[in-house]
Amino acid sequence: MKNTYNTILLNPIDNIVVALQNIEINDIVANSHMKNTIKAISTIPYGHKIAIRAIKAGEKIMKYGECMGIATKDIQIGEHVHVQNVRGLNETERLTIINTLSSV
Amino acid sequence: MKKFYGYRRSDGSIGVRNHVIVLNTVGELSGLTRKIAKLVSGVTPVIHYSGATNFPEDQQQILRTLVGTAGHPNVSAALIVGMKDDPVAQEIVTTLQAKNRRVHAVYFNSEKSIAAIFEECKQWLSASMDSRQYDVREEALLTELMVGLECGGSDAWSGITANPSIGAFSDMFVEDGGTSVLAETTEAIGAEHIIASNAINQAVREQFLAIVRNYEQRIKETGEDIRSANPTPGNMAGGLTTLEEKSLGCIKKGGSTSLKEVVCYSQAPTEKGFVFMDTPGYDVESVCGLAAGGAQIVLFSTGKGSPTGSPIVPVIKIGTNPKVYEIMSEHIDVNAGKIIEGVSTIEDIGKEIYSLVEAVANGHQTAAENHNNQEFAIWRLAESI
Repeated sequence: MKNTYNTILLNPIDNIVVALQNIEINDIVANSHMKNTIKAISTIPYGHKIAIRAIKAGEKIMKYGECMGIATKDIQIGEHVHVQNVRGLNETERLTIINTLSSV
Repeated sequence: MKKFYGYRRSDGSIGVRNHVIVLNTVGELSGLTRKIAKLVSGVTPVIHYSGATNFPEDQQQILRTLVGTAGHPNVSAALIVGMKDDPVAQEIVTTLQAKNRRVHAVYFNSEKSIAAIFEECKQWLSASMDSRQYDVREEALLTELMVGLECGGSDAWSGITANPSIGAFSDMFVEDGGTSVLAETTEAIGAEHIIASNAINQAVREQFLAIVRNYEQRIKETGEDIRSANPTPGNMAGGLTTLEEKSLGCIKKGGSTSLKEVVCYSQAPTEKGFVFMDTPGYDVESVCGLAAGGAQIVLFSTGKGSPTGSPIVPVIKIGTNPKVYEIMSEHIDVNAGKIIEGVSTIEDIGKEIYSLVEAVANGHQTAAENHNNQEFAIWRLAESI
């Protein structure tokens, strides 16, 4: 059976999916877990991320069910999610995660 | 209980290969060592390039790695090539002779001429190759296998296909009593809380967090930030955005079993199960440390087709996407790209890897072995002095 979907959702709580092929503007973003139809509003290269929820500046970007970065701008549904609108965690944010863990 | 056929050594360890190696103790001897290896057909050169003068921390690390390499269960006999009064060569010989392993050292710049030393090497290596006929494979338990988990040339698919498949293998293998060792401390930075939360107890958790912290601190002391090197421009073009994202994908190789132990570079674990080894992200040095710590086989995922092998350990290459498998199929053993195409699941590839690990333990040659990819480099912590 060949895959008919053009994206993959890695964890149900993720707000991004990964493109399984190059996606053009106005292409439908589809995968086996998504019920709603989403249209791509930017070109998304193979292997890159697409927002499947509206993400506000300062919100976490979730991949594999984990926080992989913070949105630096408001990101719309169907938009390319990459270095232009995401940053890595800073020292304080990281330490917060680790310290929470150590106190458990 | 699962079994395989390996070479039982005098110290009780079990090998999956039966190499006769020539190993130099200092970089100055690398050319001569390469020539010595050519004197007798079938001998494997293990060449390294650092000098004799190092900071104490590096001296210990280099010695531990060389002892671990020369005394590796995959090695039948080791010829050590040193300079006159070489304490490293002497220590390797003393340590391995105490375990009844077949080892011998020659020293250049001593009273003997180069021609005489070459003749001595040729004699000893010929005899060692001949004596290999008495090393026969015998039944061993799969629980005696240690498998190293490594990646090199990651892409956006590493964390989606190959690494979780390695993780699925690791979970099954640990369940069966095997030991899997995850390496690359730099690749855990940003995802360390996940591994730490899987630690078996507070002490192991603290130890793990400490090696990550120390590594990051060492990088900072050089005035650099790990984030300026990771993700690499190639990683970013492939779709990786942040260090956290890359690390989250990397640690998938470790699967989901508890972290039992944390060991330093090239140190042998004492626990069975899932272990972490403190190594750099540079794949050649990392594989070298895993091997010196006793891993008989290394699993290695790659998105860009890193051909890294090892002179003493079979390295099983797992391609993360269909394209790398198509372009570099002769250097790759498993195509985890089938997951992207929807023809295999992570579980399927995990099982395929497990079958291949068993076959390789029993003698099946890996792609890296077929091509004699024999990279070797020891991780150093300081500059040369």
